[in-house]
Amino acid sequence: MNPFSSGTRLRDMIRAIRACKTAAEERAVVRKECAAIRAAINENDQDYRHRNLAKLMFIHMLGYPTHFGQMECLKLIASPGFPEKRIGYLGLMLLLDERQEVLMLVTNSVKQDLNHTNQYIVGLALCALGNICSAEMARDLAPEVERLLQFRDPNIRKKAALCSIRIIKKVPDLAENFINPVAALLKEKHHGVLITGIQLCTDLCKVSPEALEYFRKKCTDGLVRTLRDLVNSPYAPEYDIAGITDPFLHIRLLKLLRVLGQGDADASDAMNDILAQVATKTESNKNAGNAILYECVETIMSIEDNGGLRVLAINILGRFLSNRDNNIRYVALNMLMRAITVDAQAVQRHRSTILECVKDSDASIRKRALELVYLLVNESNVKPLTKELVDYLEVSDQDFKGDLTAKICSIIEKFSPEKIWYIDQMLKVLTEAGNFVKDEVWHALVVVISNASDLHGYTVRALFRALQTTAEQESLVRVAVWCIGEYGDLLVNNAGMLNVEDPITVTESDAVDVVESAIKRHASDLTTKSMALIALLKLSSRFPSCSGRIKDIVVQHKGSLVLELQQRSLEFNSIIEKHQNIRSALVERMPVLDEASFGGRRASSLPNTVSTSNGTAVKLPNGVAKPSAAPLVDLLDLSDDVPAPSSSGGDFLQDLLGVDLAPATQSEGTSQAPKAGTDVLLDLLSIGSNPAQDNSVSTPDILSSAQDHKPAIASLDVLAAPSLTQASSSTASNMMDLLDGFTPAPPKPANNGPAYPSIVAFESSSLRLTFNFSKQPGNPQTTTISGTFTNLSSNVFTDFVFQAAVPKFLQLHLDPASGNSLPASGNGTITQSLKVTNSQHGKKPLVMRLRIAYKVDGKDVLEEGQINNFPRDL
Amino acid sequence: MLQFRTHKVIYRRYAGLFFSLCVDITDNELAYLECIHLFVEILDHFFSNVCELDLVFNFHKVYLILDEFILAGELQETSKRAIIERMGELEKLE
Repeated sequence: MNPFSSGTRLRDMIRAIRACKTAAEERAVVRKECAAIRAAINENDQDYRHRNLAKLMFIHMLGYPTHFGQMECLKLIASPGFPEKRIGYLGLMLLLDERQEVLMLVTNSVKQDLNHTNQYIVGLALCALGNICSAEMARDLAPEVERLLQFRDPNIRKKAALCSIRIIKKVPDLAENFINPVAALLKEKHHGVLITGIQLCTDLCKVSPEALEYFRKKCTDGLVRTLRDLVNSPYAPEYDIAGITDPFLHIRLLKLLRVLGQGDADASDAMNDILAQVATKTESNKNAGNAILYECVETIMSIEDNGGLRVLAINILGRFLSNRDNNIRYVALNMLMRAITVDAQAVQRHRSTILECVKDSDASIRKRALELVYLLVNESNVKPLTKELVDYLEVSDQDFKGDLTAKICSIIEKFSPEKIWYIDQMLKVLTEAGNFVKDEVWHALVVVISNASDLHGYTVRALFRALQTTAEQESLVRVAVWCIGEYGDLLVNNAGMLNVEDPITVTESDAVDVVESAIKRHASDLTTKSMALIALLKLSSRFPSCSGRIKDIVVQHKGSLVLELQQRSLEFNSIIEKHQNIRSALVERMPVLDEASFGGRRASSLPNTVSTSNGTAVKLPNGVAKPSAAPLVDLLDLSDDVPAPSSSGGDFLQDLLGVDLAPATQSEGTSQAPKAGTDVLLDLLSIGSNPAQDNSVSTPDILSSAQDHKPAIASLDVLAAPSLTQASSSTASNMMDLLDGFTPAPPKPANNGPAYPSIVAFESSSLRLTFNFSKQPGNPQTTTISGTFTNLSSNVFTDFVFQAAVPKFLQLHLDPASGNSLPASGNGTITQSLKVTNSQHGKKPLVMRLRIAYKVDGKDVLEEGQINNFPRDL
Repeated sequence: MLQFRTHKVIYRRYAGLFFSLCVDITDNELAYLECIHLFVEILDHFFSNVCELDLVFNFHKVYLILDEFILAGELQETSKRAIIERMGELEKLE
């Protein structure tokens, strides 16, 4: 006989399927069986229909598609016998869900069944309805179900009550109809009906506020009484679980009381006694007891405030925490997290237990406990807590370390009482788990270090010591390298010793050793190596004796395949070799980083790209706009380098640390230059104020040698301010040298394009300035101006400096002047070339303000003026 | 306990089988652990020392018990005796 004819018994089919060894075999068997069933369906086979459906259900549970069997369900439900109906309803519940349209066809059958004389069939119908009915079905059949709520058989009443729950969920409008019957249900003696009634009541209250009010007024007392009876009831074998009578009923009652008591003081008062009784009397050595206590605690926390009860509740939770069962501890930790918002004081008392849980063997408990500890930290307990956590960090698992580190770092940052403690703790964390520390965390540390000027010596010595012992943690190495570079002299001189320190002697070469090992380490990544290179540069300036050795180290990376390292190596090498005079200025101490703005920036977490922040126009007092960088400059991207002091940090931190890996190559040396020599060079940029005057005096000190360089190469404008003096553009030529011979061609003034009349831009008793204009064809917005200075007096002008400022819609680019000494009485001239780009070309004319400074017989003279007579169409 | 979107999964392991319940996040987990245990006890009583094969070959009966125990997502009857009685009656009809 064909084993797969529709005559196969269910049992045999199951056995056959289970006997299959491979998935393919199983699929084959199932396919054959489905084919047989489909054939039987087509033939409208009566006898084996229910067996076929049972088989189909089994196949469905295995995961195969079975939608062809849905109509069979309906036919079965319509048949008169109980077994067929049973299978039919089961099939309905398993194979269909509420979204299927087929469900609608069943409605009539279900209705008939709800009115059947056989109560088991009524039960079947209610069951199916309760599990799977859709909104329309619910609406149609709700009256029947209501009627059944008062049926004499308790089984039917139970089922009707639960069915109503689903109806209310699907069609909340019908809720009012159920309120009255439910009130009757709540007075039942039969536990089954009682519990279903309570559940229906709970859902009613969730769905309908009127119901909530009604039950609150009428039924709270009754419920309290019921609970009391239950708690005090004698041993009842039928409902006993672990010595407690019907814990499920307990729990459901507590839940309903919670819903009723939430937000309502009277109801809460009524419950207080019974809650206290439950909380104290229930035994907690078995899970059932604990479950009740848990529910009780939840209820206490949710209802209106009652201090004594709350303390009781939290104590119970504390007891839970010491329980051996993981489940219970987990649950307790969860609840405590919610309890903190309500009553933090009480939770603090259990701090030590919670700390123990952080060290638990179960991972989810550890996580929860750590979060809880994090919430518990405040100013008073931060020190011991952190100590505990840091101690634990040493022994914790790798995967947990990441979480733990992050939490410890944020605790330290938020609550550190004093800077030295902050630095200490951070150093410990870095030593232990530096690899897990995120970038912004150690950036913040650097900010704090730079701000704590009295602690510089201490910090750098501590870092030095730390590096001696452990050098595997990347972030530690980075921070240490940065500090040693910055404060190397403090390290060697043992400056700023604090009382708690032991004296150590560090020679210069020791310091260089340490940095060298950082570079040489195989595991150092690009950032660390770059930082180490710049640190070496700083050290070469601070420790002149080691300069030669440092140079050798730096030179080793000349051939590095990584562009960043190679570039740094080359440039720093040049600085060390050829430019000792400016080296010290380049690598002066960094200015203190602004903590507040840094913190604010971190909070708003701007993307960290150097070019964006530096790309913003440098807004200086007169609104001088950045020049449009000549294409030659872009190669170096030097002009994009200077963040104004007014910009809130931008990514100056990146610059300061000498870390910039943007593809647009950046010379770290030059980026250091503006920051390190801030006081000096920034003054160059502020034209509108007197410092400019001192500027021209002081710049010669630093750049004196540079002054002698006749700028053969004109166009480079390093410091990105249009009004740069000749001196600073000599710096540009300096930087040019760094590139070993890269010489951009000077821009030749274009002589084509429409001619514009030349103007006398400025004239005073001793000086005249004439402007000649020309434009490049095809570039109407940009004008090349050739300015000629003539000395009308009989004295020689020396140290001649010309500065100009333009409004925001213009961009100005100033080339170096032909000279800085103007012979008297017009015997010679100084020419200087300017390029102006007018973004409002055609709408607004050019305007410019001038400042000319020079010396006559050693006395400074300053002349200022405004040029308004530009030709209109420039 | 596992959390999954808006629900929790509570499970208990009995030899080689896991009995899992999916409940709301706000529900009392410990209570459901008891629930699972009660269900297993009923199965045990009904099938007399239930084993996995019993459950596989008699899945429709298992569903019958389940329908008497939990309906519409809520507890229906908490008394083991009552459920077993009812199952007896239902068996007679089949």
